[in-house]
Amino acid sequence: MMLIPCPFCGHRNESEFAYGGPVKPDRPDPHAASDEDWVDWLTTVPNPLGPVEERWWHVKGCGTWLTIWRDTRTHCVVEGSGDAG
Amino acid sequence: MRDRRLASGGRIDRSRPLAFRFNGKGYRGFSGDTLASALLASNVRLTARSFKYHRPRGIVGSGPEEPATLVELEGCHASANRAATTVRLEDGMAARSVNCWPSPGLDLGAVSQLFAGLIPAGFYYKTFKWPGWRLYEPAIRRAAGLAGAPDAPPPDAPPPDGHFEAVHAHADVLVVGAGPAGLMAALVAGRAGRRVFLADERTEAGGSLLDRRMEIAGRPALEWVAESVAELTSMPNVTHLQDACVWAYREHNFLMVNERSPANPSMLERNWRVRAGKVILATGAIERGLVFPDNDRPGVMLASAAQAYVNRFAVKPGERAVVFANNDSAYAAAADLLASGVDVAAIVDSRDPVPDSARDLAGGIPVKGGSVVIGVRGRRSVKGAAVSKRDGQGASTIDCDLLLHSGGWSPAVHLFSQSRGSLRYDESLATFVPDEAAQACVSVGGASGELSLASALRTGAEAAAMITGTEMPDLPTTTGESYAITPLWRVDAPGAKGRAFLDIQNDVTVDDVHLALREGYENVEHVKRYTTGGMGLDQGKTGNINIIGTIALQKGVPLQDVGTTTFRPPYSPVSFGAIGGIREESVVLPYRHTPVTQWNLDRGAFMYEAGARWRRPGYFLRGDETFQETVNRECRAVRECVGVYDGSPLGKFELKGRDAGRFLDHVYTNLMSTLKPGQCRYGLMLTEDGLILDDGVAMRLGEHRWLVSTSTAHADAVHGHMEELLQTQFPDWSVHVTTVTSQWNNATVCGPRAREVMAALGTDIDLSPEELPFMRFADGHVAGLPARVVRVSFTGELSFEINVAPRHMRDLWEWIMEAGAPSGIEPVGSEASHVLRVEKGFLSLGHEVDGTVDAHDLGMSWIMSKRKADYVGKRSVELRRRGKAVRRELVGLLPADPNDQIPEGAPLTPGGEKRPSEGLVTACVWSVVLDRWVALALLENGKSRHGETVHVRLKNATVAATVGEPVFHDPDGLRMRS
Amino acid sequence: MQNYSIVSLLRHAINGHATWAPAWRSPPLRESYDVVVIGAGGHGLATAYYLAKEFGITDVAVLERGWLGGGNVARNTVTVRSNYMRDASIPFYVKSVALYEGLSDELNFNLMHSKRTMIDVVQTFPKMRELRRRQLTMDIYGSTYERISTEEVRRRIPALTGGGPGARLPVIGGMVHTDAGVNRHDAVAWAYARGADARGVELHQQTPVTKLLRGGDGAVKGVETPRGIVRARKVAVAVSGHTTTLTETVGLRLPLRTMNLTAFVSEPVKPLVDVVVNCPDSGFYFSQSDKGEMVIGGAPDMGQSFRRDVKQHVFEDTVTAMLSLFPSFKKLKLLRQWGGHVDITPDASPIMDETDVPGLFVTAGWWGGYKAIPAGGLTLAHLIAKGEPHPLMAPFTLNRFRHLDYVMESGTTTAR
Repeated sequence: MMLIPCPFCGHRNESEFAYGGPVKPDRPDPHAASDEDWVDWLTTVPNPLGPVEERWWHVKGCGTWLTIWRDTRTHCVVEGSGDAG
Repeated sequence: MRDRRLASGGRIDRSRPLAFRFNGKGYRGFSGDTLASALLASNVRLTARSFKYHRPRGIVGSGPEEPATLVELEGCHASANRAATTVRLEDGMAARSVNCWPSPGLDLGAVSQLFAGLIPAGFYYKTFKWPGWRLYEPAIRRAAGLAGAPDAPPPDAPPPDGHFEAVHAHADVLVVGAGPAGLMAALVAGRAGRRVFLADERTEAGGSLLDRRMEIAGRPALEWVAESVAELTSMPNVTHLQDACVWAYREHNFLMVNERSPANPSMLERNWRVRAGKVILATGAIERGLVFPDNDRPGVMLASAAQAYVNRFAVKPGERAVVFANNDSAYAAAADLLASGVDVAAIVDSRDPVPDSARDLAGGIPVKGGSVVIGVRGRRSVKGAAVSKRDGQGASTIDCDLLLHSGGWSPAVHLFSQSRGSLRYDESLATFVPDEAAQACVSVGGASGELSLASALRTGAEAAAMITGTEMPDLPTTTGESYAITPLWRVDAPGAKGRAFLDIQNDVTVDDVHLALREGYENVEHVKRYTTGGMGLDQGKTGNINIIGTIALQKGVPLQDVGTTTFRPPYSPVSFGAIGGIREESVVLPYRHTPVTQWNLDRGAFMYEAGARWRRPGYFLRGDETFQETVNRECRAVRECVGVYDGSPLGKFELKGRDAGRFLDHVYTNLMSTLKPGQCRYGLMLTEDGLILDDGVAMRLGEHRWLVSTSTAHADAVHGHMEELLQTQFPDWSVHVTTVTSQWNNATVCGPRAREVMAALGTDIDLSPEELPFMRFADGHVAGLPARVVRVSFTGELSFEINVAPRHMRDLWEWIMEAGAPSGIEPVGSEASHVLRVEKGFLSLGHEVDGTVDAHDLGMSWIMSKRKADYVGKRSVELRRRGKAVRRELVGLLPADPNDQIPEGAPLTPGGEKRPSEGLVTACVWSVVLDRWVALALLENGKSRHGETVHVRLKNATVAATVGEPVFHDPDGLRMRS
Repeated sequence: MQNYSIVSLLRHAINGHATWAPAWRSPPLRESYDVVVIGAGGHGLATAYYLAKEFGITDVAVLERGWLGGGNVARNTVTVRSNYMRDASIPFYVKSVALYEGLSDELNFNLMHSKRTMIDVVQTFPKMRELRRRQLTMDIYGSTYERISTEEVRRRIPALTGGGPGARLPVIGGMVHTDAGVNRHDAVAWAYARGADARGVELHQQTPVTKLLRGGDGAVKGVETPRGIVRARKVAVAVSGHTTTLTETVGLRLPLRTMNLTAFVSEPVKPLVDVVVNCPDSGFYFSQSDKGEMVIGGAPDMGQSFRRDVKQHVFEDTVTAMLSLFPSFKKLKLLRQWGGHVDITPDASPIMDETDVPGLFVTAGWWGGYKAIPAGGLTLAHLIAKGEPHPLMAPFTLNRFRHLDYVMESGTTTAR
């Protein structure tokens, strides 16, 4: 069970959070995006072997949706894409 | 029976004798004994039979590494597959050997030894194929399995003796192991004021010092241990547990500690989940055996185990011993045995020359350098050791009843490896040692390959001093030996014939490993899986390194290249009870109840799970009604006069803020922001990929205040969906979401006579259709209670949803029943609600929505706003509908025979033939308005097939049915608007 | 291929088993093959085997980063079944189960396939409805699924003593799936490897593919390994979990997310449970291995992960649920636990297809892919050999995402 840094509550047990998935690019303009781009945005998420930016919902805590970088190989919470843990 | 107990010494309490039974016979031991030490003291040598060959086995080790003697405890201590060396002896204990019948002495399974040549590693992959595995499997299953399964208590039996518990703890420093290194580390960290958690798997602190005769600061080492324990006890910042095994090292320095004998006598076991700042691994080292023919006979024992038995338990494990070693540590063991009155006939050392440092320890025992044990005399008990030079010269047999062996020491790197630290092979120690740590931990003492007492104390102190940023303390002087080893992975002298075991528990021999390699199973993981070596209860604590050495020798590669198999949790087996703790479903996931639940139960309502842990009444059985009669009665009440149901579990959220309307327009498919205060609208929410997330009702309470209701089961999902959008996509929008599910309870009065009931209740709200039409709500009082009345309908009848505070709900409910009595009111369960909604063709998420249909398929195109440029899911639904996939659309079905009930989920196939389905019956109910069975179905291109006859395919029959509109009652909705 | 039988065992016993031939060769790695299969897990090995056996394509190399059979085939719960919901899925798994049942004979290797029936222990009405909905659609394809009473459930699973009338979630009945079984996972990998090798397929262990290579025409032309470049016009990626890691080396994005699924076993005990027990409302399932261990699987950890690990809280949830229904297991001990990577698609159904990179095939998104090994291998081999999807795999091509035509097998409702 990981410790997840909540900006309001500090490090809390992972079991207090709901997983929100990797951060996707901003939602494309549905009127401007091609079918292909729309489907790609919808179905394809970053799946790096290394740091990934992801969201967690502190649902059993303060209710914040927060964003962290986490290394998918080690589960270490890291500083950003370049910081392998 | 010969008593092998020494007259004095040991860590046993001779004033507290304990009686126990083993395989049906009575014995005595003392407080402080393990089952193994008490058996040895009683001269019980043959204690087990092996798993595959049923060979006679004795006690090999003195701790959790024990591979041979597994027992099943009976009675109040009931527990399967326990290593006898880890069972703390208690008065009245009864144990029996596993995997033999009737006893290890007369084991009928031993017949399998006759076929031993036929059943090498992996033999079962090559045979038992004809005529089918099913013929052989039952017998194989019975033969395997070790101990008997735990007895199952009858359903709903009260919990047995005692209970389990799981608790959380936090530590600045978690020290694993209370041997010299661990105690030293705990002292330094404790003195520095840190929160220290010290856990050790043995019943008392001291680690290897308990087993040996060592001195610290010029006094017996155990005095230092006692003083250290006393000092730790005096520190309020230190938690010190014995008989507590650290069994898992998980991510983010989260470790599991299994406390096996908590002080509270009603507690069986406790599991500590410890979150540690730093971890000091002082887990010591484990002695491994040597690999020579018949190295599994009863009386063949690890040298360190024999040393532990004489020193810690004051038991002579034999009268005349031969010691076989490739390293120095066995010399100290030999010396201790000699000092305890065991006749040590010889030390057989494979090294040539034997280092002087070792010879100095021998104390007059003859040392045979460059020699090996090539065989063991005696089947059921050792009678002698066959010895020769390594080249086979000078073979002779030395009489003995105890054959001790030591293949060197392996650091207990299990936890370090679980933490994902890497290992490296150390040539000088001939073993794997910790290399790079992956988490905030440090290995000290034997666990890091520091095998002398002085270095154990030093590395323990250093680690704690570094972690706490304090000065190194002055270290006491110690006695202690140097350690040197020349690896001997197997005895291959010419005279060495017979089975040489690598894994005693799973009966894996050198020949098995060679066979695996010969057949191409070359990777260490292949060898493990093909031979099952290291997969027993001991997880290969003594044997794995020898398997790796055997592979390396055979392949001619360094051990580093062979590598280790994965170290998986747990370090030692741990009961599921301790892991689960006191958690029970009923505690962790309590039912949610409304204030009316007890009223329902009092009236014999059949309650069941309604999603999201709510329990709702399914139906109210009355007298000797059948289920169908009950449902029909409740339905008729609603259709013909009036019914009432408790809608409190519906999810409810209040949204406030100037952007709330705009936000609802984004999450609902239909337009919400145009509603005026006092109006409400039924709406649909989609996920971004266009699937239906939920349906519900939005009410505008004021200019910037809304109340949104959701289905019971999806309330949490909707909450998460709204918060995610607001916090991640629209952080600058002013909308605040508050969950008010439990702030509002409601009772819905529905049916043509609902208005009568409302009038009887008394209200200051004008309920006339003009003042409060369908899809409007008003605040006021009902029966004198502050209430909000909403005109929504999930039954198709005139309905008043009366919302009140929970504290008023029970009163409101009873008054409704009273006021409704003259109108024939009935409480309505969810079964009747289901019938009523099917008659109306109203959507049910659990029935018609299954991850493929959209609102158009359901005939709800009107709910997909064309006026809004965008909302969640809009683009995806459009895109999906441009695809070529044939849509399954909602239709009504009338079975040709009105008395034919169609099972829910039955497929529609062309002509009812055995062909891929073209649809699915989603619901089928007895309609009280049509007096026949009616069904809803999803049918390919169903909307354009009205009037067609389709076929439902059952197992041995088909049901013809006519396709029509998915509505069977009041298609224009006049009744609910009345 | 050396024959395995009781007779051959007897013969080899005479000389101490010294002359058994290797189950597969260790040939030198060549520079070029007709087909390269990446990953010697269940699906990779089965694909190679069927390429050779069914389609006569024997110039095949299977490249494995670690050891043969070390993928998810080494770390699963060996459950084989076909109780699915949709026409798209059922026939595929029916075929897979049928292939499994004949595999010991076909491959001359005892997989110890034990067709021992699965019983779903149902605790809520919505779940019962969801499961019963499958029954008649499954019947179209010859897969069996029958409802049984609570009494019958308890009679057939005597250890099921929890979930009584007063329990949080009382048992309300069960569904019996007689086609289900378990077998030996390592044997499946080894048997396919041996069978493929005997037909000329080359197996190369310790040969990690670091990069896929594309030619000037955009098509795949080979792979890069530390042992050198290996050329092939057809490359199949069968590397559960690491699919995107590889395909991204040619700029190909796939709708896959990697996560961790865990399992654990108890100490071995004498026969106690004769069927596969699945408790969908409580979120766990198990069977007892021939060795006597309870092999238990539970809920996944939804977080993205390439770390084979166990989340304590997820694990505890599974244990708690199990103890509620099987209270006598409180005294049973945990012996081993482990995790494995799976990659999951947006609809949780697999992907088997040729990608936008011509000649590059993927088999991925397997979620419980062990049961699919034979049919997955057979149909992917068909696609590679014939250039068009096998009818059984047609629903699982990448094409379905172009119009978001999901194949949703996850249930219609969940109780908790």
